[in-house]
Amino acid sequence: MVTYIIRRLIWAVVMLSIVSIITFGIFFLVPRLAGATPEDLAARYVGRTATEQQVKLAAEQLGFNDPLIVQYGRFAKGIVAGADYNNGPSVEHCPAPCFGYSFRTRLPVWPDLLDRLPVTISLAIGAAVIWVIAGVATGVVSALRRGSFFDRAAMGVALAGVSLPIFFTGMVSLVLFSYGLHITAPGNVYTPFLTNPLTWAYDLLLPWITLAFLYAANYARLTRAGMLETMNEDYIRTARAKGLAERTVVLKHGLRGALTPILTIFGLDFGLLLGGAVLTESTYSLPGIGKYAIDAIGYQDLPQVMGVVLVAAFFVVFANLVVDLLYAVVDPRVRLV
Amino acid sequence: MSFLELKDLRIHFPTDDGLVKSVDGLSFSLERGKTLGIVGESGSGKSVTSLGILGLHKGGRAQIGGEIWLDGEELVAADAEHVRTLRGKKMAMIFQDPLSAMHPFYTVGAQIIEAYRIHNDVSKKVARKHAIEMLGRVGIPQPDRRVDSYPHEFSGGMRQRAMIAMALSCDPELLIADEPTTALDVTVQAQILDLMRDLQRDFNAALIIITHDLGVVAELSDDILVMYGGKCVEYGTAEDIFERPEHPYTWGLLGSMPRLDRERTERLLPIKGSPPSLINVPSGCAFHPRCVFEDRTAGKGSSLVPELVETEGGHLVRCHLPRDQRRSIWENEIKPNLEAS
Repeated sequence: MVTYIIRRLIWAVVMLSIVSIITFGIFFLVPRLAGATPEDLAARYVGRTATEQQVKLAAEQLGFNDPLIVQYGRFAKGIVAGADYNNGPSVEHCPAPCFGYSFRTRLPVWPDLLDRLPVTISLAIGAAVIWVIAGVATGVVSALRRGSFFDRAAMGVALAGVSLPIFFTGMVSLVLFSYGLHITAPGNVYTPFLTNPLTWAYDLLLPWITLAFLYAANYARLTRAGMLETMNEDYIRTARAKGLAERTVVLKHGLRGALTPILTIFGLDFGLLLGGAVLTESTYSLPGIGKYAIDAIGYQDLPQVMGVVLVAAFFVVFANLVVDLLYAVVDPRVRLV
Repeated sequence: MSFLELKDLRIHFPTDDGLVKSVDGLSFSLERGKTLGIVGESGSGKSVTSLGILGLHKGGRAQIGGEIWLDGEELVAADAEHVRTLRGKKMAMIFQDPLSAMHPFYTVGAQIIEAYRIHNDVSKKVARKHAIEMLGRVGIPQPDRRVDSYPHEFSGGMRQRAMIAMALSCDPELLIADEPTTALDVTVQAQILDLMRDLQRDFNAALIIITHDLGVVAELSDDILVMYGGKCVEYGTAEDIFERPEHPYTWGLLGSMPRLDRERTERLLPIKGSPPSLINVPSGCAFHPRCVFEDRTAGKGSSLVPELVETEGGHLVRCHLPRDQRRSIWENEIKPNLEAS
C-alpha cells in the first residue's frame, strides 16, 4: 500500500513534468518553429511603444536567446525553487512556485491563482454535492421503476441536461431567477466562505445548480445503468432471500455494487472542475481559475496561461490518484500493487 | 397437514412473446427431517418453484396461483411483508454459484452477521460470535480469522460452506438448496453433500435439493420429484425412481448419467432434442416430441395432456403409456441397457 502510494506519487511528478514540457513546448518551441524570433516573443513583454533597442534588451534579459533546454530549465527551476528576475536597477525574487509575471498586470502569477482558487473550489464542491445526491438518487429511482413515468421523465430531463450548454442554461436561469423572480444572486459576486457562509451559499446557489444540472444528468444515467445491472446480480437475490427489507437490499447491496464506476467518473470530473469551471465562471462572472484562464487567453498572457494549465493538470493527476486509492477502499477485490 | 405442502402451484410470467408457464400445477408435500430432490433440465421450473416458495416472485410481474402451506400458514395469498419476515428465519436458501451469490464488497462474516441480525435482536458482537460458530460448524478452519475474509479470498468449496453457514444462521426449518454443488469441483461436491446431510440431521430441517444431477439426489433424497416443462412428470421415493422408474423422461435422465460401472465403449443414452419452450408448450404431453415411445400411445401423446396418476403406493407418473407396458419397457428395454454388461 505505502509502496503503491509512493510509486503513484512519483508517477504524478513525472506526469506533471511531461505536461510542463508540452506546455512549454507549445508556447516557446512552436512559435520558434513557426519563425518567431526571440524579439517577437519579448515584444509581448515590453508594450507597443518600445523601441527596437528596448525589445532586444528585454529579449536578452528574459533569456529568450538561450537554447530552449536552458530556458525550460529556468522555467522548471522557477516552479520548484523560485526565480530571480533582474530588471536592471534591482533583482526581484519570485518565490516558488514561480510561474513568472503577467505581461499585463506585472504581478506574479501564483498569488493570483491562489486568490482565485477558493472561488473555483467553492463552486466545484457545492455543485458536486448537489449533482452526486440528485444524480444518484434519480438514477436509483429510475432503475427501480424502469419504464415508469418517472423514469421516462427523468431520463428526458437528463438528456436535456447533458445536451444543453452551460452558457444557455446559465443565461436562462439568470434571467428567470435572478432578474425575473429576484430569488438568487445576479452573478458577478462572490463572498468568501469565512466572511459569511450564508452569503457565500446565496451567491453561488445558481452557479451550483446550473453546473450540477449538467453533471447530475450524466450521473443519473450512469447510476441507472449500473443499478439495472447490479439489481440482477445473484447477490441481490441472496440479500432478498435473507429476509432483508427492500430498502436495505437496494441501498446497501445494490447501490454499493453500482458505485465503483460512478466514483471513477466523479474523480475525473471533480479534478477537471478544480482546474477551472470555464463556462460557469464566465457566465456568472465568478472570479475563479476558469475566468482567469479565459481572460489570460484573451490577452495572450503566456505566463498566466501556463500557470493555469499546470495547476489544472495538477488537480487532474491528483484526483486520479485519490480515485485509485479509493477504489481499493470501495472494492476489496482491487489490490494496490 | 404436512410441514410444507404445495397445492396446484402455478407461476406464470407474462412477456411480450406470451405467457411463460414456468410452473404449471405443481403439488407435493414434505415433512421436517425429510429430503425432497427436484430433478429436471434447465428451464423445467425447478428454480422458479424454489423462489416461489420463498415468496421472491411477490411484487414482480409473476402471476402466482395455487397454495403454499408452510407449517400451517398459507404463503401465496399472504402479505409480502409477512413472508419477508419468514425468509431467512423459517425458510432459507443456498444458491448455485456461491461466488456470485455473495456480495463481493462485504466480508463473509458481515454477510452472515447481517442475516442473523435481521431476525435476532442482538448486538453486533453477539452476532459475530454466532457467525464464527456457524463457520466452524460448516467446517471452515480458523473461523475466527476467516470471518473477516472476503468471498473472493475463499476457495469454491469454502464459499459454499460459508453460504450454507449463512443460510443456517437463523436455524431455518425449511432449507432449499438450488444446485448446491454444480459450480464446485467433483471432489468438493461430495464433501458439501456430506456436510448437508450431517447438518440436516442436526437441524432436523426439511430439505429441498434442486438439481439436474440424479447422482446428487441419489445421495441425499428420501423422495424425488421429476419436473418437465413446469409440471411434475414422476414422483416417488428414491427407490421408486432409481429401481422402478416409469416415465420415459426419467429413463432418459438415468441414461444420461455417467456411471463408472459401465463399459467404456458403451454410449450414454441421451435424451434427444432440447427442453420445450414454456410459451408454446407442445400440445398433449409436453414430452411427446422427444419421447422414444410416443408411437405406442395410439396418437394420444400429441393431443391429450396426461394426468398425474398413482401407479403404486405413492409413486405418481404422468404418462399415456399403460402401466404394464411402462413396466415391461423398463424391465426389458431400458434397464438392461443401463446396467453393466
